[in-house]
Amino acid sequence: MPDQRTTGSSRWEAGVLPYTAMGYYEPDYRPKETDVIVAFRVTPQEGVPPEEAGAAVAGESSTATWTVVWTDRLTAYDRYRGRCYRVDPVPGTPGEHIAYVAYDIDLFEEGSIANLTSSIIGNVFGFKAVKALRLEDMRIPLAYLKTFPGPPHGIVMEREHLNKYGRPLLGATIKPKLGLSARNYGRVVYEALRGGLDFTKDDENINSQPFMRWRDRYLFVMEAVNRAMEQTGEIKGHYLNVTAPTMEDIYERAEFARDLGSVIVMIDLTIGYSAMQSMSHWARRNGVLLHLHRAGHSTFTRQRTHGVSFRVLAKWCRMIGVDHLHAGTVVGKLEGDVNVVRGYYETLRGSSVKADPALGLLFDQEWGSMPGVMPVASGGIHAAQMHELVGHLGEDSVLQFGGGTVGHPMGVAAGATANRVALEAVIKARNEGRDLLAEGPAILKAAAVHSPELRAALDTWGSVAFDFESTDTADADAAAAVV
Amino acid sequence: MKLMHGTFSSLPPLTDAEIRAQIAYAIGNGWPVAIEHTDDPHPRNVYWEMWDRPMFDEHEPDACLAEVNRCRAAMPDRYVRVTAFDASYGRQTTALSFLVGRPAHEPGFRLDRAEAPGRRLAYSVHSFAADAPGGERYATEPAPPGRARRKEH
Repeated sequence: MPDQRTTGSSRWEAGVLPYTAMGYYEPDYRPKETDVIVAFRVTPQEGVPPEEAGAAVAGESSTATWTVVWTDRLTAYDRYRGRCYRVDPVPGTPGEHIAYVAYDIDLFEEGSIANLTSSIIGNVFGFKAVKALRLEDMRIPLAYLKTFPGPPHGIVMEREHLNKYGRPLLGATIKPKLGLSARNYGRVVYEALRGGLDFTKDDENINSQPFMRWRDRYLFVMEAVNRAMEQTGEIKGHYLNVTAPTMEDIYERAEFARDLGSVIVMIDLTIGYSAMQSMSHWARRNGVLLHLHRAGHSTFTRQRTHGVSFRVLAKWCRMIGVDHLHAGTVVGKLEGDVNVVRGYYETLRGSSVKADPALGLLFDQEWGSMPGVMPVASGGIHAAQMHELVGHLGEDSVLQFGGGTVGHPMGVAAGATANRVALEAVIKARNEGRDLLAEGPAILKAAAVHSPELRAALDTWGSVAFDFESTDTADADAAAAVV
Repeated sequence: MKLMHGTFSSLPPLTDAEIRAQIAYAIGNGWPVAIEHTDDPHPRNVYWEMWDRPMFDEHEPDACLAEVNRCRAAMPDRYVRVTAFDASYGRQTTALSFLVGRPAHEPGFRLDRAEAPGRRLAYSVHSFAADAPGGERYATEPAPPGRARRKEH
């Protein structure tokens, strides 16, 4: 039962009340099908009961302020109040709790990630009553989800446009990241694409610097892309990064890329949610695929106790509407526990995703008919890991080998060929029913008999691995919320 | 040049046993197999000619392979591909597509550039084979039924 003061007249006396007493903790509440439900990892300050911390989070992320305000009584406040309805201790980690909070759909503007995030993570993460706070997962009700257009094309349309099926797509980020002139940059693009990659990519910090202005880069890159199409007879693309200081600049660059015939453009997460939504609409209107680089995300996604989980950011990005999103490699140089990364991939590609605490997924999520986002695996991966990459990440993904293409001892095109041969051999073997994780090295070795490029790649990188503990793993016995 | 097309074009040509294994994989997933062929290998040529309808009710990989071989025998100088279609909700698209035949001689493509102000270029990929009328594009094209065999070029 709610505290008496929640409903009695003393509830409205001026002064400070515990959040639980103001109605923000309601253990009997059963979330409605249309509620936004959020799981927070809460680490309360000493002496703050977990229920009070959960209620404070619910309050501060919805209607409450630090003191009683009589003007609440001019509203149907019962509808607008966020409700913490469940608080579970995290097994094996004293001091941490998972608090579940439900929000009425009316709290959020239709189709606005800026509004959704300003509401849920706007103020509360600096709140003094909690030592640390992390947004772990979020259930978006289908009714609200349907107010977002989602990916401008999605996985199916991307494949039909590129005419490429049955295998992951291959890419590479042009290296070095900084300093190449436009002409030399285009050379690397040409070699990588003619050697067998489907895509090459600007890095996140390639925008329009003194050593290479954007317009020059676009011109040389598109020459390279078209030359590679001529050489191979297959569609090629380069993610032209349109990230720029203002929205007007972003549109100008995107329109130029479109006019040159680029099949894809790219934005960085740093441009902000509203700019991303604008570009998503632009991409659908103009028939250009949209790649998103998650630049900066680790500042708030990596630590286990504070920030926003990447699985939530991935969900927002699918709603915002992008066609590609970097989501981890499992085996590469960047952070990513195998199960947690699998949860990200589920979030980006699934249509009816079931709660699975082992993958960090605390809620069922229905995506309705919203298309999937192609997850991109990039960062410290190479051809000798192909069987693991396909085994862990599946077929609807983009595998990007930057150093693993450009750093090949026989040259850039040979590096690309090595990756393409390795990928096709692994997919062929998988389809033949072979066990990739067990037989992978033998499959690659056999494919290298016909490919000196692959043989050289295996000789160079065959023993390179990045074995470090992940900082962000799923809770051992976390119970899924029953919704 | 060697046309890059489909899932396995970087590997050596697939043997009949290897083609059969891929067909068995598709059928095992519930994906009907279809055969298509073309003499216009332009990368944006989506609609290759269908070799009859997709084999929705054919669950025997050997029967599908026999059909592949009938098509290849009839179209020795065309590109021939095997596709598998996944009709399940949320996908409803091609799940696998790979070449099983290509002409002996592949003349390749030319890149056309139309220059425009401000250093802009409008690019167009042009297939040499498509310079000849359909049916006359590759050396030993068999004559359509009831028509005289065409002269080689």
